[in-house]
Amino acid sequence: MSAYAPGTRVRARPGDPAHHTRVPVYVRGHVGEIVECEGEWPLPDDRARGVTPPRVEAVYAVRFPARDLWGAGAHSVTVDLWESYLEEVTP
Amino acid sequence: MSGRGERSGEHDGLVTPPTKEGFDDHEDLPVAARVRRLEERVVAAGLTTDDELDAILDGLLRNASPVNGARMVARAWTDPGYRETLLSDANAAAAELGFGTSGYRLRAVENTPAVHNVVVCTLCSCYPVSLLGPSPGWYRSFAYRSRVVREPRAVLEEFGLTLPDDVEIAVWDASAETRYLVVPRRPEGDLPEEELAARVTRRGLIGTAAV
Repeated sequence: MSAYAPGTRVRARPGDPAHHTRVPVYVRGHVGEIVECEGEWPLPDDRARGVTPPRVEAVYAVRFPARDLWGAGAHSVTVDLWESYLEEVTP
Repeated sequence: MSGRGERSGEHDGLVTPPTKEGFDDHEDLPVAARVRRLEERVVAAGLTTDDELDAILDGLLRNASPVNGARMVARAWTDPGYRETLLSDANAAAAELGFGTSGYRLRAVENTPAVHNVVVCTLCSCYPVSLLGPSPGWYRSFAYRSRVVREPRAVLEEFGLTLPDDVEIAVWDASAETRYLVVPRRPEGDLPEEELAARVTRRGLIGTAAV
């Protein structure tokens, strides 16, 4: 069910859609690494627009290095993102 | 029905918010007013009723307490089999102690000598209410939500938690359908499970304090 294995490098969708979405702005366009799949859940973008039935997609925990997000910092930030929010980064 | 949107802050119970300026600036008065206006519109549109909203909130808050999360942590500290369940399938671990976690995936993240975990929801204030009780005001504050992902070490310092430089900080942003619970490091000493549970605070379960 999950397309991305742990360790896969993915980019969070850049840009700002006209509708509700749950891609936090601070990770948009940034590259992170899949930590784990969190099961399949209805896509909030569809639910918010009243699309029935909403698409159901795998959700992933994706870890981003703080240095990439903010230009500084030694910590990591792990964000939970639906599959269509992500694109695989080819090495 | 009155003041549903004003529930914030008053349930702080186990924890005192930091006194440092910046975490106390979310007294929710404008938010409470906005919530109430939204409720009125939704009720007027015939989508729900005040009674239905109250019933949902009562169901959500009944038995919701950080004592529940603390019991899970103390059990994990004293029972290796339970710890394994907690770390691999936290919903099952909650159910084992009789705690409900319906509608979300629960994930326990364990602090180690090398990694300290801290939880936030930058998009709103998602949080496992049944296990941690109603969220503290600072958890919902813009200050906490915007700063802890950017400078967690400084934020933790303001909470009075100084981590050694070589401890890595892992911030978990609950931006989807997973709710996070931090398993703090077990305090020294051979305490029984009940006494261990009594030492675990809500802040410990969020990651803004040690135990």
